[in-house]
Amino acid sequence: MAKLTIEDLKRIKEQTTKATALRQGDARVRITVHMGTCGIAAGARPVMSALMEEMAEADRQDIRVVTSGCMGMCSSEPNVTVEVLDTEPIVYQHMDANRMRQVFRRHVLLGEVQSDFALAKI
Amino acid sequence: MRELSLHILDVAENALTAGACLVSIEVAESTEEDRMRISIRDNGRGMPEEKIRNIEDPFVTTRTTRRVGLGLSLLAAAARRCEGAIAVNAAPGRGTEVTATFRRSHIDRAPLGDMAATLGMLIMGNPHVDFVYIHRLDGRDFTLDTRELKRELEGVDLSDPVVASHLTESIRRSLQELTAGGSTSRTREKENGQADD
Repeated sequence: MAKLTIEDLKRIKEQTTKATALRQGDARVRITVHMGTCGIAAGARPVMSALMEEMAEADRQDIRVVTSGCMGMCSSEPNVTVEVLDTEPIVYQHMDANRMRQVFRRHVLLGEVQSDFALAKI
Repeated sequence: MRELSLHILDVAENALTAGACLVSIEVAESTEEDRMRISIRDNGRGMPEEKIRNIEDPFVTTRTTRRVGLGLSLLAAAARRCEGAIAVNAAPGRGTEVTATFRRSHIDRAPLGDMAATLGMLIMGNPHVDFVYIHRLDGRDFTLDTRELKRELEGVDLSDPVVASHLTESIRRSLQELTAGGSTSRTREKENGQADD
């Protein structure tokens, strides 16, 4: 029976000892990727994969990524909501991997809302 | 959906919404019988019987926010157009099992696609839920069990993005090995032949 090999597991463990310090403290930013049927069909998974990569690279302890279901705006999927503490949540529409990277680097890390991709403030 | 792994992600998200703490996904392929079976089993809150009877009807849904639910209807349509079907077994309080079958070589059967991405994000996004993935292909198989993983990687947080991306890569490599092991000289010839066309 093939499994992830022990070497694989060890490697993961070694490479991540730095990052294993539990993510403590309150989140300053919450990023929600809407992953209902509509979102998934429209391409939410590559968006989420790109976000995971950016998160791994940024190595920030105060950012949380969550998924949620359909929010009823299926025609503008994939949607991503970015909530920065003490500012209005922004819903982004028609996201793809590149847009996600831009939103992460500019809005999440630098605080510049990317209004070109925005659907609405909530 | 373009990939069966996206259907799997969709059904697994339903399982999570149903409050499951263990989700088992199995993909079984047989080239000899020319069948492919995908099943997703959870220990969530299940569904009442009248919902299951009309499960392929998009206007039957357990959600209360809207009256339309497309996930299982789309999977049913995908299976039916490949000489397959879906079956749903569920009871309130006893979890749900969704099984979809396909004729493996059917021209309309979508590829399984990036299963590692589906698993990686399910595991990363739901650290308190355990996932089991079993992929069988002509007598060989690959198994992933996050309960074992958590035991082996004591103290490592699977929801950490760095851990999750390494994990996704390992799964991707293992699944590639599984599929590559199956490409006999005959299928290689076939692929070459198609490329020449």
